[in-house]
Amino acid sequence: MKRLIKTLTCTVAALVATTAVYAGEDAVLMINEEITIPTTAPAPEGSPLTELLSGWKFRSGETQALQMDDFDNPSFIFIDKARDQWVKVDGTEGKSCASCHEDVESFKGLRTELPRWNETKGKMYAMENYINDCRTERMGAEAWKWSKGNMTGMTSLISLQSRGLPVAVKTDGPASTAYELGKKLYYTRVGQLDMACSNCHEDNYGVMIRADHLSQGQINGFPTYRLKNAKINSVQARFKGCMKNIRAEPFKEGSEEFTALELYVASRGNGLAVESPAVRN
Amino acid sequence: MQRILLAALSSALISTAAFASEVAPDGVAFGEDGQVTASLTGVAGDPVAGKLAFVGRKLGNCLACHINDDATAESFHGEVGPPLNGVAGRWDTAQLRGIVVNSKMTFEDTIMPAFYHEGGERILEKFVGTTILTAQQVEDIVAYLQTLKEE
Repeated sequence: MKRLIKTLTCTVAALVATTAVYAGEDAVLMINEEITIPTTAPAPEGSPLTELLSGWKFRSGETQALQMDDFDNPSFIFIDKARDQWVKVDGTEGKSCASCHEDVESFKGLRTELPRWNETKGKMYAMENYINDCRTERMGAEAWKWSKGNMTGMTSLISLQSRGLPVAVKTDGPASTAYELGKKLYYTRVGQLDMACSNCHEDNYGVMIRADHLSQGQINGFPTYRLKNAKINSVQARFKGCMKNIRAEPFKEGSEEFTALELYVASRGNGLAVESPAVRN
Repeated sequence: MQRILLAALSSALISTAAFASEVAPDGVAFGEDGQVTASLTGVAGDPVAGKLAFVGRKLGNCLACHINDDATAESFHGEVGPPLNGVAGRWDTAQLRGIVVNSKMTFEDTIMPAFYHEGGERILEKFVGTTILTAQQVEDIVAYLQTLKEE
């Protein structure tokens, strides 16, 4: 019966997709038939956008449906592995994540605030930075690579605890320098194709670029499982892919620039609900 | 198909032969409205090769942003730029050449890349010192665009 309902949902979503201005315009993101997640939000003050739209709204009914049931969402294979990792002792100090943090649910809300200013370290911190500090400083374990499977699995598990909560990064105070840098990068044209993020995601969202429906480039769904590469993608890996597409030399994952850009792009989506782990194409 | 390949091959040979008289990317003379009157190569553009360069995803990839009813064999035409149906009736050769070479000389701040231009910020290493299209590919595409007349 559940399968039948799901099939019907897909069909309805597909019908909506063909009649709406953009795919799934009127579709509702309900997960596991119980949690409804808003996919639009009013634009924050000073936003160049009139309304915030989750990338989910720009995807086909078929892709949308994959995010509507955690059994269908391939991210959960990796999240299950991360749950095992959570309690696994690793490194010289004989600790696991659970040794200090007990239940991962204690991280509810964290995803909505990142990246944020880390006063102790005197720099902006993304979730990956915090995880690696824990590993190297508390556990005596090796740092993980920014976008490798063990890291994206763990960031997905932690982000999942905030699913449905509104993104709320701080852009003022000590974060303002990074915010300004991120904003500058967002509007700077780079690469042989000479494009800025804004050219596609601010000026042209809603239109097709070849077979791809240009979205607002919101990152509330990250870490995101992409059908294109069949794995969970970090935000910064996605930035890297975008830059390569326009034939630009990408910044390094974890660099000051990419973390600043992550902050700025996150702030453009302040108010949108966290969808991690989203499914996109 | 063989004919198309042959045409593409012969135009490639011609463009090699004509290399000496080619206008360098930084030597292109733009008119006041962004038009480029003189041919970049002195070799007449080949519309058949032009269509291949127009469609090629690693070449012009023009369908990424433009609808073109003459190329319906290729699915998914983009909508970022204006449709190119009948474009020959709206722009003359010099204007079309100027737009393909560097459209920013015609439309300030356009998203459209400059296809015969070197330089810019943070260019991926393997593309440094290259142009998206060769001078002859620009000429070929311009010749092709001129065949796109309203029915």
